[in-house]
Amino acid sequence: MAPETMLQEAQDKSTTKGAQTVARPKGDGVKRDSQTPSTPSKPGPGMRSDSFVFGIPQNGLEHIEREVPVSEPPPLPQNSELTYVGKPTVRYDGPAKATGKGKYTADVHLPGMLYARMVDATIPHGRIVSIDTSAAEKLPGVRAVHVIEHVYGVSELRDPKLETPSRYPIVRYAGQPIAGIAATTQQIADDAAKLVKVQYDTMPFVVERNAARSPDAPVVFPGPADAAGSAGGGGGPKDVPQKGNVHGPQRRLKGDPEKGFADADAVVEAEYFTQVQTHSALETHGFVVDWKPEEVTVYASTQGTSSVRNEFADVFKLPKSKVRVITEYMGGGFGAKFGAGNEGVVAANLSRKANAPVRLMLDRRQEHIVSNRPDSHQKLKIGAKRDGTLTAIQLTSYGTAGVGTGAGTAGPATNLYKCDNLLTEEYDVFINAGPGAAFRAPGHPQGCFAFEQAIDELAVKLKMDPLVLRDKIDESPARRVERQVILERTNWRNRREAGADSGPIKRGMGIAQSVWYRFVNMNSSCEVRVSRDGSVELMSAVQDLGTGTKTILAQIVGEEFGIPPAQVVVRIGDTRYPIGPDSGGSITAGSITPAVRNAAYQARQQLFAAVAPALGTTADNLAMQGGRVVLKNDAGKSYTLKQVTAKLPTDEISARATRAPEYSKDRLTYGGVDYVELAVDTETGRVHIEKVFGAHDCGRPINPTGVISQINGGILQGISYALFEQRIMDPKAGYMLNANLENYKILGAREVPEIEIALVENYIAQSSTDAAGIGESAGIITLAAAIGNAFYNATGVRIRKIPMTPANVLAALGKAQPEVEA
Amino acid sequence: MNKFSFVDCKTVDEALGQLNNGATVKAGGIDLLDLMKEGIVAPPKLVNIRNVDSLRGITVSKDGLHLGPLVTLSEIAAHPDIQRTYSGLSDAAGHAATPQVRNMATVGGNIMQRPRCWYFRSTDFDCRKKGTSDVCHALTGENQYHAVINNSTCAMVHPSSTAVPLLGMNATVELTSKRGKRTVAMSDFYVPPEKSLINETVVQPGELITGIFVPAPEPGTRSAYQKYGEKESFDWPIADAGIVLVMDGNRCRKAAVVMGVAAPTPIRSAAAEAVLTGKTIDEATARAAAKAAMQGATPLSQNGYKTQLFQTAIYRTVLLAAGQMQRDPSAIG
Ligand SMILES: Cc1cc2nc3c(=O)[nH]c(=O)nc-3n(C[C@H](O)[C@H](O)[C@H](O)COP(=O)(O)OP(=O)(O)OC[C@H]3O[C@@H](n4cnc5c(N)ncnc54)[C@H](O)[C@@H]3O)c2cc1C
Ligand code: SF4
Repeated sequence: MAPETMLQEAQDKSTTKGAQTVARPKGDGVKRDSQTPSTPSKPGPGMRSDSFVFGIPQNGLEHIEREVPVSEPPPLPQNSELTYVGKPTVRYDGPAKATGKGKYTADVHLPGMLYARMVDATIPHGRIVSIDTSAAEKLPGVRAVHVIEHVYGVSELRDPKLETPSRYPIVRYAGQPIAGIAATTQQIADDAAKLVKVQYDTMPFVVERNAARSPDAPVVFPGPADAAGSAGGGGGPKDVPQKGNVHGPQRRLKGDPEKGFADADAVVEAEYFTQVQTHSALETHGFVVDWKPEEVTVYASTQGTSSVRNEFADVFKLPKSKVRVITEYMGGGFGAKFGAGNEGVVAANLSRKANAPVRLMLDRRQEHIVSNRPDSHQKLKIGAKRDGTLTAIQLTSYGTAGVGTGAGTAGPATNLYKCDNLLTEEYDVFINAGPGAAFRAPGHPQGCFAFEQAIDELAVKLKMDPLVLRDKIDESPARRVERQVILERTNWRNRREAGADSGPIKRGMGIAQSVWYRFVNMNSSCEVRVSRDGSVELMSAVQDLGTGTKTILAQIVGEEFGIPPAQVVVRIGDTRYPIGPDSGGSITAGSITPAVRNAAYQARQQLFAAVAPALGTTADNLAMQGGRVVLKNDAGKSYTLKQVTAKLPTDEISARATRAPEYSKDRLTYGGVDYVELAVDTETGRVHIEKVFGAHDCGRPINPTGVISQINGGILQGISYALFEQRIMDPKAGYMLNANLENYKILGAREVPEIEIALVENYIAQSSTDAAGIGESAGIITLAAAIGNAFYNATGVRIRKIPMTPANVLAALGKAQPEVEA
Repeated sequence: MNKFSFVDCKTVDEALGQLNNGATVKAGGIDLLDLMKEGIVAPPKLVNIRNVDSLRGITVSKDGLHLGPLVTLSEIAAHPDIQRTYSGLSDAAGHAATPQVRNMATVGGNIMQRPRCWYFRSTDFDCRKKGTSDVCHALTGENQYHAVINNSTCAMVHPSSTAVPLLGMNATVELTSKRGKRTVAMSDFYVPPEKSLINETVVQPGELITGIFVPAPEPGTRSAYQKYGEKESFDWPIADAGIVLVMDGNRCRKAAVVMGVAAPTPIRSAAAEAVLTGKTIDEATARAAAKAAMQGATPLSQNGYKTQLFQTAIYRTVLLAAGQMQRDPSAIG
């Protein structure tokens, strides 16, 4: 989904549910006169004024005054002055993961648990005439069968009356779930699934984006249809026209692009193609549901315990208080795991019918079909003045999210650089294939692949260094620092003319930049408990999808109590605890860490108040310093936490806190600059990535190790997207041909280049922690574009289509006949 | 996967006795398990030969190299005599699949693995080869990895890396059944689709590969194998070349140019061999041979690039065999 849409969605949420606020700036939290007056007015009731460290260390830190609720903890100093926050910290649950002790959803085993298998459609389009489950039901060991009445996660007709009502949903893609079966063993469930007889009335179908655009193409929906986004984004615009399979455009106009192009000294214009990428999480989508009349317990492989609880409550008309969702360990989601989904709904129905817990994990083939990043065909035109100033940007994009929507790509073109004249038109094209879903920086890798290559092309035309051109057009102070880091720490200064090598192997380097947006979810609460024995625990429903959330929460609590993070007990991923944000859009760190710090701080204040009399002092004379509790008026006296908690009059104290709203209404973005060195073998079409250097910002990094690990992962996923991954559909049969990990190719250990990361601290004075997420702006956005730019520098040829497989590379180099563009 | 029974055999006779009523030999089990999981084969019984000791072992003697069919690809790759004298075979075994697969994969199973074609390997499709329809989907559908030579009947490819040098080195395969033993030359081992869509090799039901023999090379022989594809590891070849040169100083006296996944079976290129024979090996002759090998190619709608890739594979592997080039960093595996 395009960020504007995402922003809109988020704002809608905040008005309808009062839950989410969004803030996004033009720059990176720079002081701007209109928004951050230097002499703040007197604080309002319940507020006080605090002075926060602000800015980027490389530019010299400043201080800024912010009005904050009186209940907020005092501002944190910069990382270099802290003990645990901002220090490289080993993963809290690393040992449990490495030794197999961590229990993922697929590891959950409950007494009497049944195993389920989904029955999928074997045709790409048609009506279900009948479903005969009798043979399956008779198979010994089968305990429940559930036939699906409604398919979740796909587009819905605006006017449902356009289709004749039927007991069964229309099949719109091969692999669409039809029914579920629960049995005493997985083998029996699998065997039973094969015994379900489905009779279809087939309809014409189309699985190619280009073919689907044709006026005489078979239509996927008989009229306009829209898909809702999930808590992770995704979904497309709703109030747009639809002709045949073409949904849109979502049109945005700023200024006068025509005039902008007329004023330009140089114009670049080209078409770009990107492929469908499937999420391919290592742990497939899945649930264990234990339906009991008093409470439904759901073990979910999810990015949002709250989103699962909400959808279960909605679908089954249950009070939320009767739904408990647990996600202890999570094996990857990348944006596609929110809500109950078809798997969750089926597992719950089976559990209810069988009166036993049911485990339903998708298999690898289903995992490839359940969600994807839409493809794109983009036409992009940019005009600029001789000095680089952008005069106009025009983007038209078509993309398919299968039976979903959300293929827009305009984020980078709209939000990376200053340009007064902009026209973007984004179309979704329906095809008979599995639905798109939010996928790590929705729309941005596609958009960036085109946009940042076009900017590079502009630099060539203007005879400007690509970094210098960006210095001219990029208003972000963080990226300015990041470009400087790239210049100083990479080989950039030795960059040669494009195509300088004469042999078959050609080397080059390139960069690309990313932008992502600060979203905050106010459903962010936490409880911190302190016991008399000095143990400290924190509880929140927020989940750790493998990004290291547990670790940063432990660091924050550790900092408040002066104890190492490993000593803090972190209990999260359970809706019995105070509500936590769903993890999508890089929202988690920025949303939940302030709640955790606030709860820890308040618990500490309570502790001080409770023990002060026993220590012969007053609470306000106690402070935490260098890991010890000190008396402010007696430098000689200090205690360990344990010595202090031993004086507690009760066994335990606890505090619960929620995140305060953002301290300022600034609209903030994050970003990064990624640099790639590569070699192109022009006779084999292999692209060898030799080195990646990434410079990134994400507010105050809480755990640099974790942030770097996220960026490494983003870079690798970005390389994988640029070079290997692609869904291949058979146009005649309508099936995905490579729904496995053999022919759906994902980067492996041998394709990992040397990676170096520089983190740029950026203090934004927005919350009690100033933390921000990094998941989206972590390399996934930029890599294809940076590789494309390096490819050009190596070969002198622009590659405008990914993945850069031998077939596509040799075609770009003119050595092989290109296949007909689908 | 279907239910099946499993018999563990200790001797060849025991295994032969069990090979009835659709029973299938299981060696490393890598390909077999894949096919069973996908539902492409559903044998009622697996005859495990992995514990038949007489089918193991590498012997290098004056007359040549004797390989038990259970020798793993890792064992071949690590063997110093094979590295020295049969380097093309060592290259092929050492760069196939992945380290984990090579530790399990046997050479007998490797040359017997079923062909690659995603229509063949999916139960979603009936096709000409399966005998369930007249159609070859690859000819009109998605064929980017398919054959570029001899591809008009069925455009599948056989991905065995070891078969490529074995063919170039004139290896023979010993087959044993209850009726006795027979020896088949590698050049007769594979059956192209024009001859039979059912049999991919001459191995008959009830027959077991009990040995592979590679004759000792003539003096002056040098060999090499390289594989090209999309990923460094965990990937199938899209083009691979096995080259055997008998050299007289700089001059090539005899040449074998073998291509792996160019056709439904591994094939030699007489045209390329003719270009090399009698010539001094240099980049120009190597490239000329490569070009000749692809002269008669008939690429399909999406695999034209494979003809380019094969030319690169062949010229670079000729130069590698001749000692004029290092192992190519663009080769995979
Ligand atoms: C990701 C991946 C990449 C790969 N890349 C490559 C590659 O680059 N190059 C390559 O060569 N291979 C590659 N492979 C395939 C792999 O090498 C083969 O599957 C393996 O060699 C098969 O050997 P096996 O011992 O496991 O055979 P099995 O699976 O046990 O058997 C295979 C077939 O041979 C028959 N069989 C086995 N032994 C005998 C015998 N003694 N007599 C008669 N019949 C027998 C079996 O009945 C079965 O039909 C790859 C595999 C994977 C998963
Ligand atoms: S190439 Fe062969 S196996 Fe593949 S679809 Fe055609 S006939 Fe079938």
